[in-house]
Amino acid sequence: VTAAVATGVRRRPNAADRTLIGLTGLATLIILAMLVVVLGDVVIGGWSVLSWHFLSEAPRDGMTKGGIFPAIFGTVALTLLMTIVAVPAGVATAVYLSEYAPADSRLARAIRVCIANLAGVPSIVFGLFGLGFFIATVGRGIDDLAFGGQPTYGKPSLIWASLTLAILTLPVVVVSTEEALKAVPRELRDGSLALGATKFQTITRVVLPQALGGIMTGGILAVSRGAGEVAPIMFTGAAYFLPYLPTHLNDQFMNLGYHVYVLATQSPDVDRTKPLLYGTVLVLLLLTFMLNIVAVVVRARFRKRMAAAR
Amino acid sequence: MASTMTTAAPATSRPSKPGLVRRTRWVERIAEGLVLLVSLISILSVLLILVFVGKEALPVLFSPEVHKEVTPGALILPYSGAGYMWQPVSDVPKYNILPLVAGTLKVTLVALFVSVPLSVGAAVYVCEFAPKAAREYIKPAIELLAGIPSVVIGFFALIVLATWVQRVFGVEHRLNALVAGFGLAFAVCPVIFSVSEDALRAVPDSYRTAALALGSTRSQTLLRVILPAAGPGIAAAVVLGFGRAIGETMIVVLASGNAALLDADLGHSTRTITATIAQELGEVVVGSAHYHVLFALGALLFLSTLGVNLVGERIVFSMRRRLGGP
Repeated sequence: VTAAVATGVRRRPNAADRTLIGLTGLATLIILAMLVVVLGDVVIGGWSVLSWHFLSEAPRDGMTKGGIFPAIFGTVALTLLMTIVAVPAGVATAVYLSEYAPADSRLARAIRVCIANLAGVPSIVFGLFGLGFFIATVGRGIDDLAFGGQPTYGKPSLIWASLTLAILTLPVVVVSTEEALKAVPRELRDGSLALGATKFQTITRVVLPQALGGIMTGGILAVSRGAGEVAPIMFTGAAYFLPYLPTHLNDQFMNLGYHVYVLATQSPDVDRTKPLLYGTVLVLLLLTFMLNIVAVVVRARFRKRMAAAR
Repeated sequence: MASTMTTAAPATSRPSKPGLVRRTRWVERIAEGLVLLVSLISILSVLLILVFVGKEALPVLFSPEVHKEVTPGALILPYSGAGYMWQPVSDVPKYNILPLVAGTLKVTLVALFVSVPLSVGAAVYVCEFAPKAAREYIKPAIELLAGIPSVVIGFFALIVLATWVQRVFGVEHRLNALVAGFGLAFAVCPVIFSVSEDALRAVPDSYRTAALALGSTRSQTLLRVILPAAGPGIAAAVVLGFGRAIGETMIVVLASGNAALLDADLGHSTRTITATIAQELGEVVVGSAHYHVLFALGALLFLSTLGVNLVGERIVFSMRRRLGGP
């Protein structure tokens, strides 16, 4: 019996019912209003600032004039590097969990627990970890071995910030991919194996192509999350201002979110930087939000198709 | 689909060449090994976080070098004459963490006070009352709220919410625990909403039909049947929301005012554990007492969110099993 039938036989709502429906409906409206208010304020405040100059120039005059191109460039470079690491690693983890691991595998359960906990670790702790592990240990180790102790990799850099973010976004990719893999019907795998394909061939040529929508959703959500994070990169590579663009893995970089934080907290004259701030926030929001909308739409379609397949 | 399967088949349909079969088997083994190896990254990451945050935090407990400046007791006991003070950069550095813990709790409680009724209410509306067409728009919209970067919400709280709060509550300091808590609610609501919604959806439809068939009204069904059944899941949602709130950084660093005061006044500026790390770690000398204390704060944060999340997941898991869901 479905809920539709149940509501079909219900009596007319009485006063208590109506109050309850009204109150919960109001709560829903307030949460939706939160979304609208933030978006509305940023769009209204930032729209007039957006221009080709703003997007293509570097900041000038102590960051009170000019554009934000280096921050856009840095954010894109950072998230690109992060994706190159996080997506393959996340997809492989999901493939192991859903295709290779035995049903009662302890190892699989341990991996799941770790993924869930990784998703709950505060982002600032990732920043501490990146500093303590990647920079102070790995980076300095490389310096001692290859550069005679010269600080080359043992300092905040693009590569360390990207790797820190890759670990932070790993759970996003894993969860999304695993959901997609689970939705691939058993019959397809059986059919492929029955035709003589090996397990690995079945996974790469039958299962993964079928799950592509879910994998892409995971990748997009990870990029969107990574592009908006500030706390993990504050100590691992983001810079307040740089006169040049990062060209090496061990360069520092500017970043949209960090730029917002710096402008909002360290500028002596917030009123003068306010238009720039609004513009930067709008660009950041457009970048992350567009990606999110795409991901949400792809996922909604995918879930509908999955429900239909059942 | 058919085409992929037919192309996959010929690869192994020639067993006449034994070398090919052997090579295929090798490829299979290497592939599985690689996949397994990569999936160990998640376990490795959690361990490395534990080890490397812990490694820099432990000197606070054990290093005599650090103890010259701050003893473990000094982290929680009041300084004589100065009381509970967090003042790491002064002639006599003071490292009492209680103002930071109190600030974190203050901001978190404000956020939960706002988010719990709103998100649980919205979850109930979406699951039980909303027309099906509306449901398909409301859920993705709330998921989108979760996708707004926290630095953007922090900026909004700093510029807009702070002005509104000052106008409505007439507080003296523009940035305070209320503003930070309200800002945090924007990030916490989607978490509590989605976990509560899952919990409500896990309640079998037979519960609803049975209650309605026995003659209960919709509100009776909800309050006496559905909510009690989904109760543990909703509790877990609140717990996970709490975990999200204590770990959030960029919203509170921008909106709380960052004054480390130990008091209960929500209108005063306040300072959280996360904001302290974010603001001070960049300027501290690596290896100094201050540096190790900041890592100790990070370890405290890591362990508390870990505990909170484990509890939350445990509740969700046992509730699912009890209701016989997936």
